[in-house]
Amino acid sequence: MKIADTAQSEGPSVFAQAAELELRNVSKRYPGQREPAIGDLSLTVPAGEVCVLVGPSGSGKTTAMRLINRMIPITSGDILLGGRSVLERDPRQLRREIGYVIQQVGLFPHQTVGENIATVPRLLGWPKDRISARVRELLELIGLDPQEMTRRYPAQLPGGQRQRVGVARALAADPPLMLMDEPFGAIDPINRARLQDEFLRLQEMVKKTVVFVTHDIDEAIKMGDRIAILRDGGVLAQYDTPREILTHPADEFVAQFVGADRGLKRLALTKVAELKLAEPNGLRADLRADGRADGVRRVSAETSVRDALSLMLTEGGEALTVVDGDGRVEGLLTLGVIEQLLADEAAEPAGDAAEPQPEGPR
Amino acid sequence: MHEFVEAFRFIAHNGAVSGAPGLPSLTHLTLETLRVAAIGLAIAVAVALPLGVWLGHLHRGSFVAINVGNIGRALPSLVVLAVGDAFLGLGLTVVELALVILAVPPIVTNAYLAVDGVDADLVDAARGMGMSGLEILRGVELPLAVPLLFAGVRTAAVFVVSTTTIAALAGFSGSLGDVIDNETSYHFSGVLGAAICVAALALAVDGALALVQRALTPQGLRAGALELSSDTAHAATIV
Amino acid sequence: MTFAALAAASGPVIPNFAAQSSSCEIHNRLFCAGWVSRNWGPVLWPALRQHIVLALVAVAIGFVIAMALALAAHRYGWLERPTTLITTILYTIPALALFELLAAPVGLNVFSAEIALVSYTLLILFRNILAGLRAVPAEVLDAAEGAGMSRTQTLLRVELPLALPAIVAGLRIAIVTIIALATIVYVVYDRGLGVPIHTALGEGPFKTELIVAGGLSILLALLADGLLVIAQRLLTPWARIRTS
Repeated sequence: MKIADTAQSEGPSVFAQAAELELRNVSKRYPGQREPAIGDLSLTVPAGEVCVLVGPSGSGKTTAMRLINRMIPITSGDILLGGRSVLERDPRQLRREIGYVIQQVGLFPHQTVGENIATVPRLLGWPKDRISARVRELLELIGLDPQEMTRRYPAQLPGGQRQRVGVARALAADPPLMLMDEPFGAIDPINRARLQDEFLRLQEMVKKTVVFVTHDIDEAIKMGDRIAILRDGGVLAQYDTPREILTHPADEFVAQFVGADRGLKRLALTKVAELKLAEPNGLRADLRADGRADGVRRVSAETSVRDALSLMLTEGGEALTVVDGDGRVEGLLTLGVIEQLLADEAAEPAGDAAEPQPEGPR
Repeated sequence: MHEFVEAFRFIAHNGAVSGAPGLPSLTHLTLETLRVAAIGLAIAVAVALPLGVWLGHLHRGSFVAINVGNIGRALPSLVVLAVGDAFLGLGLTVVELALVILAVPPIVTNAYLAVDGVDADLVDAARGMGMSGLEILRGVELPLAVPLLFAGVRTAAVFVVSTTTIAALAGFSGSLGDVIDNETSYHFSGVLGAAICVAALALAVDGALALVQRALTPQGLRAGALELSSDTAHAATIV
Repeated sequence: MTFAALAAASGPVIPNFAAQSSSCEIHNRLFCAGWVSRNWGPVLWPALRQHIVLALVAVAIGFVIAMALALAAHRYGWLERPTTLITTILYTIPALALFELLAAPVGLNVFSAEIALVSYTLLILFRNILAGLRAVPAEVLDAAEGAGMSRTQTLLRVELPLALPAIVAGLRIAIVTIIALATIVYVVYDRGLGVPIHTALGEGPFKTELIVAGGLSILLALLADGLLVIAQRLLTPWARIRTS
C-alpha cells in the first residue's frame, strides 16, 4: 500500500487540505416511493468553508450528506470533490479521504481512544511512529491530555469528550472534506455550546471544507459560513450567508423556519465593536469596580449586539459605555445606535449568493 | 446401507428377534423409557422451576443460579449413574435421583435468567400501577419469561430421555438403552432400530413441549418455537 | 459389532487388577491410592489424554463450521432459520443413539465419535456467534463504513472482536458439554475416559476407578471452563470497564 502524505492515495494530488465540493443536479429516489427524497439539488461549497445543511425532518439533509461519501447510492446527478467526480472513485478509498462524524459518535468500544483516532491512518498504511505522533497532535488539538487519554476506552469518557474524540478521528488523516451529521445533537446545551466553540476554533486552524447537518437554525447560524436551507424533497429554499438569510429571507418558508425572532438573531451576528457608536458627550465615566460608572453600565466591545441589547433592556434602556480590551472607552451604545444598524441593513440590497461575502469576525 | 433396512424391519416387528421369544417389545421399552423420563423430569421441574423463578423474581442468587448450570453441564450422565450404581445400587429410585440431579441445573439457570431478564422498566411500570409482587410475577414476568424458561425445560427433557437410555450402560434395565447395550441378543440391526426409536422419541418429546410452549406464549410474543434468542446474555447460558 | 458388545462377549477383561490386589481394592473402598498410582500410566493417563484430544478436535471443528454458518447467516439472514432447525435436531438426538446411527454408515472408529461430538457443538456455537455479531451497535458499523473500511475489514477489526464475549461464552458451554458427552464415545470408539468407567462398571462396579475417571472428566471440564474465562478476560479488556 502506498503511503500517502495526506489522505490522498490515488493518483496525483489535486488538493492539499481542503477541496471544493460541488453537488450538481443531485437526485435520490427510493424505489416504490412516489416523491423523491431529493429532487434536484445543486450547490457549491468553496474550499475551506463550513456549509450547514439545515431544514425540517424529511428535507433530505442527512440523505444529501450521505450521498457525498456514497453511503447511500445516488440516483442521478453528480458530486465533485476537488473537481473529481466521487462516482468514479472506489467508495472505500473515497471515504478514507472524507472525515465522517455522526451523532452517536460510533467510537469502537473495543479500542482505545488512541486506536480509534488512528483508524484511517492505519487503513492508509501510515508508519507507526507517524500515527502515534498524529494521535498525540490531535488529542492536544481537541484539548485532551495525550498521556492520560490515549489508552482510555470510550466507555470511560463522558459524552462531550467522546464526541471530541469522534471529531479527532475524522480529522486524523487530514481529509479535504468533513461530513458532520448533527454531531452535537445528543449533548446537553452547555457542553454543546462549548463543543461548537471548540469546533469553530479548530476550523480557524485547519480550515477544512465542512458539510454540517443540523435541524437547529441557531446552530446553523453560529457554525456556518454559508447555510443551505432545505425543504421537503431536498429542495433548496435558500443558500446564503447567515446574515443574508436573516436580513433577506428568500420566501415565507425560510422566514418561518428562521423564526419570528430573526431580528434578534441578526443582532447576534454583529459585535458591538463594529457599530458606529455615539460620542460619550463629555460624560465623565468614573469606572468603578462593579462596572458601573456614573450611572452608566460598561460593556466589552467584543460582546454581541444581541447580548448588549439584552443587558440594556435589563438596565431599563439606558445607554452602555463600550470599552475595549484595555478598558479604554470607545463610545456609547444606545438604542438609537442599534436602530440605525437595523435600518442600514434593511436598506441594503439582497446579497448575491454566488459571491462569497467575507464575514466579519464572529 | 442395508443395516438401516434391517433396522426398520426390526422396528416393524416391534423388536421381536427370531430365536429369542422372551425379549420385551419395542413399544414396551419405549413406553418404559418415557415413563422413567417423565417422572424424573416432573420431579426436576417441580423442584427447579419454582426455585429458579423465585430467585429471578427477587433478582438474588445469580451466582448460584448461573454456576449451578455450569457445574451441572460438567457432570457426565454416565458418571452420575455409575456413582449411583456403585454406592446405592441401581434401582428405579437411584436412576430417578440421577435424572433429577442432571435435569435441575438447566431448568434452574434458564428459569432464573428468564425471570431476572424481564425488562426492568416493565416491572417498574407494573409496580407503579399497584400490582403486588405475586401479581407482577404472574401477570408480567412469567408470561414474558416463557420462551427462555421453556428452552431450559426442553433441554432438560431431552437430556433426561438421553440419560434414561444411558442408564442401560450402567446396568439399569427398562429402557430402549437395553437394546442398544445388548448387541449380542438384538444384533446390530436391533441396536440401530432402537437408536432410531430413541432419536424419534427425543424429537417427539421436544416437539410436544414446543407445542406446549407455543400454547403458553402470550399472543404478542409469538414467533417460531425455534426462534433464535437475540439477547447475548441469554445466548450465553441457554442450552 | 460395538466395542461394548465385544467386551461383554469375551468375558470380563481385567487389565487393571494386578495379581497383587491390595486389601483396599478387594474391599472396593472409595479411593485406593495404590491402584491409582499403579494404573495412572497404563490406564488413566492415556484415557485422559485421549479424552482431551477428542474434545478439543470436536470443538475446534465445530467452531470452524459454526463460524462459517454464522457468518453466512449474518450476511444472508434467511439462512438462520434452516440452520437453527438442523442444528437443533442434531442437538436433540440423544448421544447414545447418534453414536450408533453414525456407526452404521461410518463404522466403529474415530469418525463416528467426532462427527457426533461436532454435531453437539453446532447449535450453541452457531447461536452464540450469530447473536454476538448482531449485538454490534449500528452506529459503530456506520462509523466503520464511513471511515472507509471494507466489509472484510469491518468484520475482522470491528464485528468479530466485539462479538468475542458471546463467542467465548458459547465455547465455554460447548467444551464443557462435549467433555461430558465424550464419556459415552467408547460405545463406538474405545478411547476416552469412558473406557475406564466402562471397565469399572463391569467390576462390581470398582469404585476407585469410577471415582477417578469420572472425577477427571469433571475436573477437566471445569478446568477448560476456567481457562476460557481467563482467555476472555485477556482478550476483551474493554468489557470490564465500568462506564463513567
